Amino acid sequence: MGAMAHVLAVNPVPARSQMGSSLGFHIILACFGIAFAAMCMIAEWIGIKRNDAAALLLARRWSKVMAVLVAVGAVSGTVLSYEMGLLWPGLMGRFGAALGGPFSFEGIFFFLEAIFVGVYLYGWKRLSPWAHWWSGMPIVVAGILGAMSVVAANSWMNSPAGFTLSHGKLTSVDPVSVFFNPSTPYETTHMLLAAYMVAGFLIAGVYAVGLLRGRRDRYHRLGFAIPFTVAGVLAPLQVLMGDVIARFIANQQPVKFAAMEYVLTTQRDAPEWLGGILINGKVYFGLSIPAFDSILVGFNPHTRVIGLNSVPAALQPPLPTLIHLSFDVMVGLGMFLFVLAAWQGWWWWFHRRLLLTPWFLVPAALSGVAAVTAMEAGWVVTEVGRQPWIVYHVLLVSDAVTPSSGVTVTLAVILVLYAILTVVSIGVPMIMSRRWRQETPAEEDVEQVPYGPAPTEARASAAGHPAPPAVPRASSRGPEAR
Amino acid sequence: MSPSADDIAVAAILIVVIAAYALFGGADFGGGIWDLLAGSAERGAAPRELIDESITPVWEGNHVWLVFILVLTWTAFPPAFAAIMTALFVPLAVSVLGIVLRGSGFAFRHTAERLRMRQLTGATFAAASLLTPFFMGTVIGAIATGQVPVHPGGNVLAAWTSPTAILTGFLFIAACAYISAVYLVLEARQRGRQDLMDYFSLRATAAGVVTGGLAGGTFAELSTSSPYVYGRLTGIALPLVAVSIAAGIAVLAMLWLRWYHAVFLRATAAIAVAAVVCGWGLAQYPYLFPTSLPLAVGSAPDASLVGEFVVAGLAVLLVVPGFALLYFLQQRRLLTAADSDADLRLAARLEPPPRGRPAAAPVAAGTRVATALVLALLAARAIRDVFSRPHPR
Repeated sequence: MGAMAHVLAVNPVPARSQMGSSLGFHIILACFGIAFAAMCMIAEWIGIKRNDAAALLLARRWSKVMAVLVAVGAVSGTVLSYEMGLLWPGLMGRFGAALGGPFSFEGIFFFLEAIFVGVYLYGWKRLSPWAHWWSGMPIVVAGILGAMSVVAANSWMNSPAGFTLSHGKLTSVDPVSVFFNPSTPYETTHMLLAAYMVAGFLIAGVYAVGLLRGRRDRYHRLGFAIPFTVAGVLAPLQVLMGDVIARFIANQQPVKFAAMEYVLTTQRDAPEWLGGILINGKVYFGLSIPAFDSILVGFNPHTRVIGLNSVPAALQPPLPTLIHLSFDVMVGLGMFLFVLAAWQGWWWWFHRRLLLTPWFLVPAALSGVAAVTAMEAGWVVTEVGRQPWIVYHVLLVSDAVTPSSGVTVTLAVILVLYAILTVVSIGVPMIMSRRWRQETPAEEDVEQVPYGPAPTEARASAAGHPAPPAVPRASSRGPEAR
Repeated sequence: MSPSADDIAVAAILIVVIAAYALFGGADFGGGIWDLLAGSAERGAAPRELIDESITPVWEGNHVWLVFILVLTWTAFPPAFAAIMTALFVPLAVSVLGIVLRGSGFAFRHTAERLRMRQLTGATFAAASLLTPFFMGTVIGAIATGQVPVHPGGNVLAAWTSPTAILTGFLFIAACAYISAVYLVLEARQRGRQDLMDYFSLRATAAGVVTGGLAGGTFAELSTSSPYVYGRLTGIALPLVAVSIAAGIAVLAMLWLRWYHAVFLRATAAIAVAAVVCGWGLAQYPYLFPTSLPLAVGSAPDASLVGEFVVAGLAVLLVVPGFALLYFLQQRRLLTAADSDADLRLAARLEPPPRGRPAAAPVAAGTRVATALVLALLAARAIRDVFSRPHPR
């Protein structure tokens, strides 16, 4: 290996950091691209079926937030496409023909998603209810298939398959084996579940805050219940999936697994470390459960687990502490989300209503952040854990990185730009929701004085008249009413 | 070594995709340019609104063509992709920066409340619409002049700062503005806005003349900077060049005569641009980089190319009808922003919230205990199974 390496050693750290931060930013928006449409459609379905205005209102407002997030996601996804070439020409030049297949399919689904997002977002007014509902379906399907395609490309980097090399040159490619490489079923499922959980818990978290503040109307309860149910149902599946994947990695990428679990030397009765930092080959501050790692890998304490020492130091992943702690964070938060979902599920099963005590709602409000953190930690595990390989056991990162100068500049630009975009992507939906609340001042009144006189607006519309307060509001919004 | 049929077919698909991006994505960039040039907030309100209405539902779909160009290039012509991305790192990085600014500026403009914020996001969107096509143009100019080395050791500044490349950059801006202004004339016509028809007709004419001039200038430059491409453009690709010139003149004539035919005007303007793109592709044949990287050398293994045919087939089956639907709905003006939720807000409030009323009777305590027991037993069994399973190896 390294025969084709550039004579000049290029430091891959800036390129790696740029790729990592771009991916880390995009993946959150991608979750909304994958899963938000499904949430909208569930709300809309309830709205149409049961003639439920609160559900329809949720769907319509969610779709407006989706418009913003999907647009930013579309451009940050484009950045990643560029970066594949700008940062890793050594990868694309050699393996573009293999890696391109899954990405090409993703292109088709990206197209369908973008087209039907246009129809869904702007078709509220003039399409019939069911026609509009169906226009959302391609977004959901394309979101799932598109995510699978992209993640298949990443899986290929973890378990490359379906190509032959001669003298370091790609001579033939089997696109089907590239797409369905050994890691594909595990990684795609894991990420799809994660996407629905991230979007679900984040949206539910927003309404949990509303519920905590005493807005307990049907609008807020539905806004919480729909995404929380979707995410909560998937949480146990994700826990099971995670367990299966860990065992798969122990087989497929044993060195990555060794870093994840602090297996320093190949051994039987390998202990399971919870927490802890690795300094000079010793684990400090960690809680060790004897032989449990062996049990998790092979259901038997005597299972032999391959350690970091099985490969020379140069081929061991850097920063094992980061990998291990990220793994622990992901697993811990995954369990937390599972417990939270089970709690609500238990309550619902026996009481047939939502559990809305602050004891539940405060952690529920934080569940979105937890889900995002868990997902990011998971990506750290898989990406840093694959180092120093960009294509596992085939191509080193240092042989793939661009020789072009200027990566430090683009890295700085990306960091600043994404920091701004993060603030705006969070800020804009907050501004939108504040505006929506101002539009419905009477809603709080209804809630606070349940037995008092009906507010004027409601009374007026109940009598079949156009609501007087809504008109000045609409006109005061001025040019916004487009 | 001559390129195989598969190589040629994939290259042709790539050219079609590039042309599509020029026609659809280019028009959206052009919209941003006219937005930038529309003047003060009051004076530019009407044209800005028209631009906004016609771009909003479709820009994301149009943008995907670009992703396709990237993916198709790296899958079918990996060495060329790697070389372009390395040598032209700077203009490509700037153009992608423009794409981010433009997309996010556009998305946030719709939600920004205050005028200042709207102006800021709007200006970001508009300025980025100028930046991106220019730098994309320099990239194409660098490729067409054969200035991209096959194995670059880093940035190649000279490649994209040659007079030809810079001229191509300006040509891209002008062409985007031109195609967009023509489409906007028709958008205005559909809405019965005579004033905006005249407004954009004037601009389309001006942009058309400038585009023609820049195209002529680039063409003249090519005679010295890229004799091979120039030779092919005046040889085998000459008919396409002629078609483009004829279509360009026809558009100017139609605008002059105010014959704003929804199909003919649009199609003729599109032909003027598409013919140039195809002419460029033909002029480079059989080279990816004239005359250093032949198509046959830079192409991926056959199976990857066949994979791309499958993708192209799927695109024809799925994406083309999708776009047809999108544009149909947009042209029928069925896609508009749902501006007010007042109806739903009122309806939602009519229904008093059911206060903690259970939808069904709570489950009896006995059932609760029984369920807990069953679950606990299952869990215990699962744990025991896990620990007692004999080790297979």
